[in-house]
Amino acid sequence: MAKNQSELASVLVTSRGVKQKSVRVKKQYKGLQSIMLGSILPIVLITVWELLSRIGFFPSYQLPAPTVIFQTIVGMAQDGTLWGHIGITTYRVFAGFVLGTIAAVILGSLVGFYKKAEQLFDPMIQAFRSIPSLAWVPLFILWMGIGEPSKVTMIAVGVFFPIYLNIVSGILGVDRKLIEVGKMYGLSTFQLVRRIILPASLPSFLVGLRSGLGLGWMFVVAAELMGASQGLGFLLVVGQNMSQPETIIASIILFAIIGKLSDWVLKKVETRSLHWQDRLVK
Amino acid sequence: MSLELKNVSRTFNGITAVKNISITAEPGEIIGLLGTSGCGKSTVLRAISGLDNDYDGEISINGNTKKEVHDTTGFIFQEPRLLPWLPVLDNVTFGLKGSRAEKVQRAKEYLESVGLSGKEQLYPRQLSGGMAQRVAIARALVTSPEILLLDEPFSALDAFTKMQLQDLLLDVWNTYQSTVVLVTHDIDEALYLCDRIIVLRGQPGVIDTELVIKEERPRARGSQEMAEYKRKILDRLDLNNAHSYTS
Repeated sequence: MAKNQSELASVLVTSRGVKQKSVRVKKQYKGLQSIMLGSILPIVLITVWELLSRIGFFPSYQLPAPTVIFQTIVGMAQDGTLWGHIGITTYRVFAGFVLGTIAAVILGSLVGFYKKAEQLFDPMIQAFRSIPSLAWVPLFILWMGIGEPSKVTMIAVGVFFPIYLNIVSGILGVDRKLIEVGKMYGLSTFQLVRRIILPASLPSFLVGLRSGLGLGWMFVVAAELMGASQGLGFLLVVGQNMSQPETIIASIILFAIIGKLSDWVLKKVETRSLHWQDRLVK
Repeated sequence: MSLELKNVSRTFNGITAVKNISITAEPGEIIGLLGTSGCGKSTVLRAISGLDNDYDGEISINGNTKKEVHDTTGFIFQEPRLLPWLPVLDNVTFGLKGSRAEKVQRAKEYLESVGLSGKEQLYPRQLSGGMAQRVAIARALVTSPEILLLDEPFSALDAFTKMQLQDLLLDVWNTYQSTVVLVTHDIDEALYLCDRIIVLRGQPGVIDTELVIKEERPRARGSQEMAEYKRKILDRLDLNNAHSYTS
């Protein structure tokens, strides 16, 4: 009897193991399926493009074939210039992003928490916001030259606003009812901030980070177009001046890839830290 | 453990919500604040809790009349108000001080007493309304408050869960003998739980009647005596004119 039971138990265990495995396989299958579905359109487009280029429908001095563009990228990778371009551009975005984020966190928290700080800073920040950020470029170049500082500052300015706005609205939007819970447990202002207001405004902060990063990539192009000797934006200028559309398109594609990659990292952070949210799952 | 309200009034933008409320609660007493919607029941409760300190008059908790949140007071809100980013266990330990191990142990005890052991690691989004409210109850009780304030804590629950949680509240009260102030618009609930029912009426709300319920606990829901009390309360609230429809 006892033996039978243990046998039965082992059967149960193995069947459960099989079930888990099949669930995992199903998940993988689903992931694969969504990747395949997502790649249908790009593959069709690229194939059509390649064919039309081959038969000469697109003149190669205007729109070279995908393979030519791919060869350009591979060529740059082989002679080593590619990594320099990618490295310096990423560095600029990263530095500007960090600086802009720090400024936005400091000012955004002040304005969100203190009425007086809001009255003091917010009108001016809003006024600055209505200036198109690219309009600062000539001034920054005049002040800081065409070296790194002006570019990084430029990107930081672009990154600042979405993050700032999201932090302020996140803090102001924290549910009063949750704050009352904290007060009921006698939390001090600092504890309230740390234990309730920060976690509650985190979703909005992360949204700000992502849109800030997007703007960072936008501004790095502007900054590098203005004057640079290296970087993906510089490749755009080179391509234009030397009539090499393949260089321009290669640069655009590289921008898309690293931009998407950096956003993917932030998105991972977001899903990690916001797993508690009650969201619609499609 | 004593709680005393002297002539408490509260005015919002020139409109008086409640006027001259004076209540003295004996230690370990369960007091019900009963009244129709908008008569200022919750206003009184918020004044006692210290969340609202713009009232006139005096509220003394153990002789302390400071208008602030006292750490001897616990509050169970109408909604669970759990922190969505914390799992059940951390929601319960939220207001506790001390070492992590102690806090966890206490929280587990209370989660068990509200029938939620094994659910420690769930997040609030994974809980049903009744479960979430039970977590909220555990969170309020785990600090062993001497005065427990309840603001229509069961009003959003279905009838069965409601009765279950009312019994749970009585169990806990039996063990800890906290002084309880319960705001409710549910006459049956007040009759089932309270030692004394204070009926608020009007706008601004004033104390209309005080009813002492002497029945022994556990009380039978819907007994003859209860029906008698209920009729009295309905009369006081001018709600008992059913005969005018029938005749």
